[in-house]
Amino acid sequence: MPNILMPALSPTMEEGKLSKWLVKEGDTVSPGDVLAEIETDKATMEVESVDSGVVNQLLVAEGTDNVKVNTPIAIVLGEGEKAEDIEVAKTVPEPAEAPVVAAENGVDPAAEKTAAAPKFEPASDPDLPADVEMVEMTVRQALNEAMAEELRRDKDVFIIGEEVAEYQGAYKITQNLLQEFGPERVVDTPITEHGFAGLAVGAAFAGLKPIVEFMTWNFAMQAIDQIINSAAKQLYMSGGQVTAPIVFRGPNGVASRVGAQHSQDYSAWYSHVPGLTVIAPYSAADAKGLLKAAIRSPNPVIFLENEVLYGSTGEVPKVDDFVLPIGKARIARAGADVTIVSFSMGMRYATQATEKLVAAGVDVELIDLRTLRPLDMDTVIASVKKTGRLVTVEEGWPQGGIGAEISAQVNEQAFDYLDAPVIRVTGKDVPMPYAANLEKLALPHVDDVIAAVNAVTYRS
Amino acid sequence: MARRAVATKAKTQTNSPQFNKEQELSAYHDMLLVRRFEEKAGQMYGMGLIGGFCHLYIGQEAVVTGVTMASKKGEDAQITGYRDHGHMLVMGLEPRGVMAELTGRAGGLSGGKGGSMHMFSLEHRFYGGNGIVGAQVSLGTGLAFASKYKGDGSVSIAYFGDGAANQGQVYESFNMAKLWNLPVVYVIENNKYAMGTSVERSSATTDFSQRGQSFDIPGEQVDGMDVRLVHDAAERAIEHARSGKGPYILEMLTYRYRGHSMSDPAKYRSKDEVTKYRQERDPIEQVKARILSEKHATEDELKEIETKIRAIVTEAADFATNDPEPDASELWTDITISA
Repeated sequence: MPNILMPALSPTMEEGKLSKWLVKEGDTVSPGDVLAEIETDKATMEVESVDSGVVNQLLVAEGTDNVKVNTPIAIVLGEGEKAEDIEVAKTVPEPAEAPVVAAENGVDPAAEKTAAAPKFEPASDPDLPADVEMVEMTVRQALNEAMAEELRRDKDVFIIGEEVAEYQGAYKITQNLLQEFGPERVVDTPITEHGFAGLAVGAAFAGLKPIVEFMTWNFAMQAIDQIINSAAKQLYMSGGQVTAPIVFRGPNGVASRVGAQHSQDYSAWYSHVPGLTVIAPYSAADAKGLLKAAIRSPNPVIFLENEVLYGSTGEVPKVDDFVLPIGKARIARAGADVTIVSFSMGMRYATQATEKLVAAGVDVELIDLRTLRPLDMDTVIASVKKTGRLVTVEEGWPQGGIGAEISAQVNEQAFDYLDAPVIRVTGKDVPMPYAANLEKLALPHVDDVIAAVNAVTYRS
Repeated sequence: MARRAVATKAKTQTNSPQFNKEQELSAYHDMLLVRRFEEKAGQMYGMGLIGGFCHLYIGQEAVVTGVTMASKKGEDAQITGYRDHGHMLVMGLEPRGVMAELTGRAGGLSGGKGGSMHMFSLEHRFYGGNGIVGAQVSLGTGLAFASKYKGDGSVSIAYFGDGAANQGQVYESFNMAKLWNLPVVYVIENNKYAMGTSVERSSATTDFSQRGQSFDIPGEQVDGMDVRLVHDAAERAIEHARSGKGPYILEMLTYRYRGHSMSDPAKYRSKDEVTKYRQERDPIEQVKARILSEKHATEDELKEIETKIRAIVTEAADFATNDPEPDASELWTDITISA
């Protein structure tokens, strides 16, 4: 390593000033000795010797400006080396050495075009016995059963969050879990979302399977760095080595009369992030089957519940182990005239609108996405190819929303099948107001869904 | 109950903990490996082979060396921030794997997808390599939570800097760690500057060993340039955590010779300050002087160690230069695990 090259201080630096030599020709240098100082308009750096030897020649005078990166600036001879053996590069080598080497090693830029995103193939819902008993229960009970069953099944599963144990859950989703599983596995935390989310992610790195309850998703903004930067990206950043099997769950979306900070929908936020799985169920059965799937998932899962839906009831099949597939939409009603796509609370508006529309003679196909990442676009596209018309329904804001994403993908994949523009029914583009009348105005309504369906079917 | 041992006094203590020959040589080897590796990394950065951020550990070698010597290798977990190369080398991760990750090659520890700040080893129980200042404190507390939950007797060692010590989640973690008496040792590597902001300009109280006081977490201030003192304090702290008494804080008074990252204006501290540390406090020179005066090894024998280390570093650099970049198909792998 006889040639000392002009170093770069940053990947974008092309040239700099050799401001000072700290050695002279004939000096003996050791590793770590400072040879020179260089500077640019934003930084200065000392050039250290990496090897030991004798400074044979200084090739660039101190005070020289605009010395190109990778220009030889000095020759240091190691033991047994002679000056005449050293060939000083007279021309400046190409600075982009790394890509050149990589290309020589066979990476063909054209190959990158052939590497495409792998397609997610969801499983179908399990076949249930024909005589399966259906049990009427609330979404709250369904979620509670799912957790209890998984806690029984796997000792590495534990639940952690605010008021999950002694208080029995702020929304009673963890009712009686403390009594059955004890304080080691049902852990009350201080009010420190950032800290306990990070703690739970660390526990997941070490092999546990935490269920983190956020009292509401509004408070998880304190913890969003740990959710995204630590949990979602870990597998990728570690080259597949470190996993974060963790479920973050709690009520999401619009509550009632609680104002802007406690009333918003995070579906689009989390569905934006690769590495996360995002689930937002509507029915009690889906709540149970998908929460069990989430807890068993080796990936970090965002499980978005809805406070308003906790008390709503539905039929849940009574089978030993009811687990539903992640990433599979459910066709809630098959139809031929128009497709309505929704999820979570949006399904309530969509379902009620569908009932009225069907009564009026419109054959609606209603799709409940259930999972928002991976998004089951196959089901949506197949439906749009059949109906040619699409309305999306969600409580979240319009810009960059779930409806916006679906609309874009339909545009790309099924444009020729559309008989009308896609219409999004969303919450209004405002922070949630407190006043009852304004709050009502800010939310989507059944009538908005009907109006949108009328528009895409050109009915008046 | 909190111990205090002011660094300047520690240096002059006559009864400072001694290393035997094996320990001195082991510490010398590990610290020199980090030093030479980091010098090489700096050089390769300058040549454009390493991109983005590159935070060198030069000057702070005694901290991770002394702490790791006091830990159970392969059992105790360690986690740190972005200045992580030294931790990995001392914990025994392959130098060529670290260097190839720095150059973004397929043979890197994260297959080239992590970079300088994101490398991990489940085998060595090293959990990164974390780029968000302070995040590793909560994560490291979670590693300790898992240890207690499983009852496996391991301790989690979470390193962070004087800059991270002002982050909110650090105190959320301190609170939970003491509340549940989790087996975690917090090692604050106080190198005096958070990027370019000195401790005095960023911290209302500058004795970080006392930052756990309101949570009843004991803390010590340690001369982090003397590997023997680091080791001694770490043994105490790790034993405390392992025995079920809960967290312990070690503030290591240390110093980084190089800039915060490669691109550093170097305007926030004087050259004299850097020179003084290098000449008077260097952790490697301290060990070397003791080895020679105690006749644990001769100059020639030390030179032999150096030659071996240089060969390891050269091999790592050659590998990292010639190894191919990851295959384009790797873009789409390791995002989620297929169930």
